[in-house]
Amino acid sequence: MSAPEADETCRVPHFRRGVKLRFDAARGQWVLLAPERAFVPNEIAAEILQLVDGERTVAAISMLLAEKFSAPLDVVQQDTTGVLTDLAARGAIDL
Amino acid sequence: MNSLAPPMGLIAELTHRCPLQCAYCSNPLEMVRPAEELSTAEWLSVIDQAADIGVLQLHLTGGEPMARRDLAQIITHAATAGLYTNLITSGVLLSDTAMADLLDAGIDHIQLSFQEASAELGDKFGGYRGGHAKKLEAAARIRAAGLSLTTNFVIHRQNIAHLDAMIALGEALGSDRIEIAHVQYYGWALKNRDALLPTRPQLVGANACVAAARERLAGRTVIDYVVPDYYAKRPKACMGGWGNRFIHLLPSGRALPCHAAESIPSLTFASVRETSLAAIWNEDPAFARFRGTDWMSEPCQSCDRREIDWGGCRCQALALAGDAAATDPACALSSAHAVLEAITAAEPADLPLFPRRLQL
Repeated sequence: MSAPEADETCRVPHFRRGVKLRFDAARGQWVLLAPERAFVPNEIAAEILQLVDGERTVAAISMLLAEKFSAPLDVVQQDTTGVLTDLAARGAIDL
Repeated sequence: MNSLAPPMGLIAELTHRCPLQCAYCSNPLEMVRPAEELSTAEWLSVIDQAADIGVLQLHLTGGEPMARRDLAQIITHAATAGLYTNLITSGVLLSDTAMADLLDAGIDHIQLSFQEASAELGDKFGGYRGGHAKKLEAAARIRAAGLSLTTNFVIHRQNIAHLDAMIALGEALGSDRIEIAHVQYYGWALKNRDALLPTRPQLVGANACVAAARERLAGRTVIDYVVPDYYAKRPKACMGGWGNRFIHLLPSGRALPCHAAESIPSLTFASVRETSLAAIWNEDPAFARFRGTDWMSEPCQSCDRREIDWGGCRCQALALAGDAAATDPACALSSAHAVLEAITAAEPADLPLFPRRLQL
């Protein structure tokens, strides 16, 4: 699999109107709440989403996660792009 | 004691009162009278209980939920408890003042229903003169407030020809989501089914219309659309599975796995007036009756889609196959599927609509 294209990593993801990320105590998990639906992201996706603030680029988010987990940047960047692209397609994120 | 996952959503029918009289309403023919409605204090208690057991989203519906004067108070309480609040409204009561109150309360999302693309026909199907114009104003208020807007269009034989115009209206109003909902034939809609069910050529046209609009609006506006059961080959995952994701509360506090569940006479349902929401979710035999897959018989039991569609709709299985535990007749594998084929094959007649009315 090739590395994500440069223009993708420069994008600034933000939650679409009406979409909220919050920690749910009953499940002990992060949940993404959107109009008429809810997503329960896996642990990796939850880490990524916590860094979505409407200012950080995909590259910046990836870099922070690579540092936090001492993981190779290119792998983290692929994961990040993948998660955000999927949620963009499902209408939760603007990318 | 159990490994039951918490419910995702609480669907609260705050009242059956409604200024509109849509003949396709899925409310039961026998509606809850205003005097039987839960009080403000009872709703606030239910919201606390819902948050405690892990409910994430509160869907406020009816009837017309804005007919409740304590709506803003209920939303404030839910937002404080951490619930995502979704208001499902006809919009005819959404004045400037009401909008300000909703914003103050912390409303997260509003779904606004339309009956047609034009005021003339919208008012006809809604049975409310001037209603369509009020909805247009409501949409503008929602967008001006910076909220996400979902517009909902219910389609049926008598308006499906104008689907293009309805999608264009949803787009012009700045919708983030457009829901194109075929009438679901329960309650009043079932009573009016033979006047509302689209023909197969109409359905094919609507499917094509939605596909074209989705392509045109890709990346901007999500269009939610589901093929109606009566023309389906596989059933819908009704409520995401019985007792699996949602609790539906009637205005009286009776708790159902789906809004039409009371049509199954062999089941009795508890009320939050006597039983806690936790006990209802975890222990109520009516919620457990069709939960998961153990209750299924063939062809569901060995079907590889059994945890995708959960056997479809129990109410429809009873209404059309005569057995609430049977495979939903919407499934082509159901032995009763021919019943649906006979209904859809019938020559459409020009029938009057019985408007939804609350008999007091």
